[in-house]
Amino acid sequence: MHGFANPARFLRLARWLMPLLLLAGLVLTGGALAWGVFVAPAEGLQGETVRIMYLHVPTAWLGMGGWSAIAVASATELVWRHPLAGIAARAVAVPGAVFTAICLATGSLWGRPAWGTWWVWDGRLTSMLVLLFLYLGYAALAQASESQNGGSRVPAIFGLVGAVNIPIIHYSVLWWNSLHQPPSITAGQSAMAPEFLIPLLIATVGFSLLFGAVVLMRMRAILADQQAEARLRRKAMANKDF
Amino acid sequence: MREALDPWIFITVSYALGVGGTLALIAQSWLAMRRAEARREAGRKP
Repeated sequence: MHGFANPARFLRLARWLMPLLLLAGLVLTGGALAWGVFVAPAEGLQGETVRIMYLHVPTAWLGMGGWSAIAVASATELVWRHPLAGIAARAVAVPGAVFTAICLATGSLWGRPAWGTWWVWDGRLTSMLVLLFLYLGYAALAQASESQNGGSRVPAIFGLVGAVNIPIIHYSVLWWNSLHQPPSITAGQSAMAPEFLIPLLIATVGFSLLFGAVVLMRMRAILADQQAEARLRRKAMANKDF
Repeated sequence: MREALDPWIFITVSYALGVGGTLALIAQSWLAMRRAEARREAGRKP
């Protein structure tokens, strides 16, 4: 892992990996969503609205996965002082927030015809909404720390503390009564028929690759900004000395 | 009594939001990366 602590080495890897992830992600996601809308059958109980699942489930997975990545990167930064860990955590914040917002919006649009309501204040929906606020708070905190040269220790601690919400989201449908269904896919087994499961898994892989490509783009942008700022500071210092 | 809602309206809006949001995120991230890297390269010129 420390092999990639060198930004130049990381940039060499990101330059060929990012377009690869983007292309594969676009192909897989486009194909899986088209399959979900035009080919996959309607479900017996939920009818056509089940097609929203091919968007809702991958974005929910990435909302939770994104914060888990922030927590791991934050721990790596605090414990090992890995120079790219803070940048990686910052790069995850906006895509994580966008996918959590899409998850909440598509869930609401699924809930109206399926449950008869846009929203209920139950454990799953409320903890997902809290996750969105955590992302927004993290992004604001990281931005403020950066602009005041405060480093990224405070956002890293926030990233670790916020991870408490991830198991709450996961177990909320088991701990409390909820309109939301319990997990259909658990480790090694699925309660879902293959005609629904296969496009769902492909969409999840596709969205995950797109998420990875976006994070790499944002890491490259943050690194380039930092390098440009450092160069400007050096020039300003040189002119002052002169 | 259950109201009869057209599910395709909800499906269409969901896909418009999901696909549109994802593409907008990709485009914004791509432009931010290109802009930042162009700024860094401009700073390298003497």
